[in-house]
Amino acid sequence: MIEHLPVLQIVIPLLGAPVCLLLRARGAVLVFATAVAWCTFAIALASIGIVLEQGEVVYALGGWVAPLGIEYRIDLLNAFVITVVSGVGAIVLPIGPGIHGHTVSASREYLYYAAFLLCMAGLLGVAITGDIFNVFVFLEISSLAAYTLVALGNQRRALRAAFSYLVMGTIGGTFVLIGIGFLYQMTGTLNMADLARLLPAVLDNRAVHAAFAFLLVGVGIKLAVFPLHQWLPNAYTYAPPAVSAFLAATATKVAYYLLLRLVFTIFGIGFVFGALGIAPLLQVISLAAMFIGALAAINQTDLKRLLAYSSVSQIGYMTLGLSFGSVAGLTGGLVHVANHALMKGGMFLAVACIVARTGTSAIADLRGLGRRMPATMAAFALGGLGLIGVPLTVGFISKWYLVLAAIEAGQMLLAFAILVSSLLAAVYVWRVVEVAWFQEPLQSAPHGEAPLRLLIPTWVLIGASLYFGVATDLTAGIAAQAAEQLLEVAR
Amino acid sequence: MSDPGSHMRMHEKLVLRIVAKRFIPFVLLFALYVQFHGDFGPGGGFQAGVIFAAGLILYGMIFGLGALHRVVPPRALEVAVAIGVLLYAGVGVATMMLGGNYLDYGVLDSHAPAHGQHLGILLVEGGVGITVAAVMLTIYSSFGGRERE
Amino acid sequence: MNLAGLWHYWVVIALMMIGMYTMIARENLVKKIMGLNLFQVSVILFYVSLGKVAGGTAPILIEGAPATVYSNPLPHVLMLTAIVVGVAVTAVGLALVVRIQGAYGTSEDAELSEIDRADEAGAALARGEGQG
Repeated sequence: MIEHLPVLQIVIPLLGAPVCLLLRARGAVLVFATAVAWCTFAIALASIGIVLEQGEVVYALGGWVAPLGIEYRIDLLNAFVITVVSGVGAIVLPIGPGIHGHTVSASREYLYYAAFLLCMAGLLGVAITGDIFNVFVFLEISSLAAYTLVALGNQRRALRAAFSYLVMGTIGGTFVLIGIGFLYQMTGTLNMADLARLLPAVLDNRAVHAAFAFLLVGVGIKLAVFPLHQWLPNAYTYAPPAVSAFLAATATKVAYYLLLRLVFTIFGIGFVFGALGIAPLLQVISLAAMFIGALAAINQTDLKRLLAYSSVSQIGYMTLGLSFGSVAGLTGGLVHVANHALMKGGMFLAVACIVARTGTSAIADLRGLGRRMPATMAAFALGGLGLIGVPLTVGFISKWYLVLAAIEAGQMLLAFAILVSSLLAAVYVWRVVEVAWFQEPLQSAPHGEAPLRLLIPTWVLIGASLYFGVATDLTAGIAAQAAEQLLEVAR
Repeated sequence: MSDPGSHMRMHEKLVLRIVAKRFIPFVLLFALYVQFHGDFGPGGGFQAGVIFAAGLILYGMIFGLGALHRVVPPRALEVAVAIGVLLYAGVGVATMMLGGNYLDYGVLDSHAPAHGQHLGILLVEGGVGITVAAVMLTIYSSFGGRERE
Repeated sequence: MNLAGLWHYWVVIALMMIGMYTMIARENLVKKIMGLNLFQVSVILFYVSLGKVAGGTAPILIEGAPATVYSNPLPHVLMLTAIVVGVAVTAVGLALVVRIQGAYGTSEDAELSEIDRADEAGAALARGEGQG
C-alpha cells in the first residue's frame, strides 16, 4: 500500500465526505470525520518521511504515465505544505460547528463535516498534483467548500461575506483557468514538469506573458495578496471561528505554494525575475501588505477582524520572502507558511474559546478576561508574541531568515521595514493584552474556561508554535531543503 | 414554483399533463441511451445524469414538488449523491487492491485488459450519472421547495 | 497583426468584459451571478476555440473509415469540468442570494450595505449604553 500513499492522501478525505452523508448520526459522523482527518495527517507524515529518504515520489493516476495522464508528484515542497494543511485540519475538524453559537442545526451537522473534508481534500489536491488543470479543479473544490463553510457563521453578515468571497474567488479561479488555457495553447501540455521543459522555447511570446499575468492575478486573489485582499477580512470575521482558524491556516498557504510552483518550477526564475523583472513590484506589494494590513489591524474593534487584517500583513512577509529569489528568502517565506498556520490557527481558536464563553469577539468586551480565562488568554498572548517575532517563538525564525535574505540582497531598507512592521504587530497584540489583563473584568464576564474540546486544540497549535520556535531543525530545516530544491529546479 | 396554487393550475392544464406523461418516459429512456452509448460515441454519465434529472424535474414542475418527492424522497437523493461518488472512488480502490494504480481499469479483468477498461469506465460513468442526476434534483428541490419569504 | 483573423478572441473578450462589467456595476446580487456566468462562459468559448483544427471533424474513431483530420478533443473535455465548476458556483451563489434575501429582505447590494451600517451603529450604541 505504501506506493499508493500519494493518491490515498486525496482519496481518503474525498471519500470521507460522501460517507458523512450516509452516516448522518451526529456522534458517528464526528468520530468518523476525525478518524479520516487524522488518517490523512498520518499519510502526510509518512509521505514527508519517504520524500526525505528517497527524494521525489511520482504517482501516475490510472497507470497513464505523464504527460498523457495525470500524475501526482510529491517533492519536499509539496510534502511540507501537505503536512501543514492536513495537520491543522486534523486538529481543527473535531471542534465541529456547534460550540460557538452557530446556525447549523444539530441534525444537519454532518453536512459541516462533509464540507470540511471536501475543503481539505481540495487544498491537499492543489498541493499534490503535477497537472495544472487538476490544480484548477481542486482549487475550485476547496473554494466552493470554503464559501459554504464561511456562510455558516452565526450573523447574517456571514452570508454577504461568503457571497463576496464567492464572486472574488470565482474571478480568481477563472483567471487561473485563462492562464492555463494560454499555456496549453503555447505548449500543448498540461503537465507541470512538461510545461517547465517546453516553456523556455516560447518565453518571448506575448501569449506566455499574458498567461503569467492571468495566473499571477488569479492566484493573487486566492492568496489575498494586497490589494486583492478585499474578500478576506469579512470572510474571516464572520465565518464560524473554527472555520476561520482552518482557512487562515491553510487556504492562503496553499495559494502561496501555487505561486511558488508557478514562479520557480513552471516559468522559471530567469523569466519572472530576469525578463519580466517583477521582484521590485512584488516587494512594493509585500511592503504595502505588511504595513497597511498591520495599521488596519491596529484600528479594529473586533478581535477576529484584527486577526484577519494581521493575516493580510503576514501574507506580505511570505511574498516578500518569495521576491528575493534566494534560498534564505524562500526559506523564510516557507517556514512562515508553517509558523503562521500554527500561530494564526491557534489565535483564531483562542477567539473561538472567548466567543464560546462570552458570545462576542469585540475587543472592548475582553476586559479582565486574562483573569477569568487565563489559559485561553495566555494562548492568545503567546500566539501574539509569535506574530511580533519575539525570540524563542516561531515568528522569530521566519523573520530571522527574511532579514537575513534582505541583508544578503544588500537591501538594508527592507530589513529595516521588516523590523518596523514587527513593531506594528506589537501594537495590535498589546492592545488586546492590555484590555484583557490590565482592566477590571465586566460584571457579565464569565467565570471559568472554555470547554476542553476547544481549549485542547488551541493549546496544541500554540504549543506546537512554541516547540518549533525552539526545535527549528524540523520546520526550518525542511523549508531550507525545499527552498534549495526549488531554486535548483529554477536554474 | 413554490406557491402551491401555481402547481394546481399547472396540474389542471390537460395538454401539459398529457404531453408530460407521454414525454417523460422517453426523456428517461434517452438518458439511459446516452449513458450506455457513451462507450461508443458521444455521451456519458454527465450528460445522461443531466437529461435524467431534466425528465424528473419536468415531472416536478407539472405535478408539484410533493409528487416528485413521492417518486424520489429527498433522503434518497442525498444517499444517491453519496453512492455515485463512492461507486466512482470504489472502482479506484478496487483497482488498487488488484495491484494496479488508482483508476487503472486494465487490472479489473486479469485476462483481457481491454475488457477491464470497458468494465471500469462503465462503472465510473455509472457513478457519475447517479451523482449528477441526484445533485441536479437536489438543487431543484431545495430551491423549488422554499416558501416565499 | 491580423486582427480580423482572430475574431473569436474578440468575441471572447467582449463577453468577458460584459460579464465583468455586470459583476461590478449591477447592484442586484442575482445579476452579479449572471455576470459571473457570462465571464465563465467566455472562458469556455476561449478553450473550445483553442481546440478547433481547420477542416477537422468530431474526434470519433470509426473502424474502417479513412484517416481524417480531427479537432483536438482535450480542451472540450477540460471545459466539461469547467462547466461543472460553473454550475456548482452558480448553485452555491444563488443559494447564498436566497439566504441573503431571507435574512435581509432584499438582494440589492446598496440596500444591504445600508442595513449592515445601521446594524453596526445600533450595536455600537447598545455597547455605549451598556457601559455608560
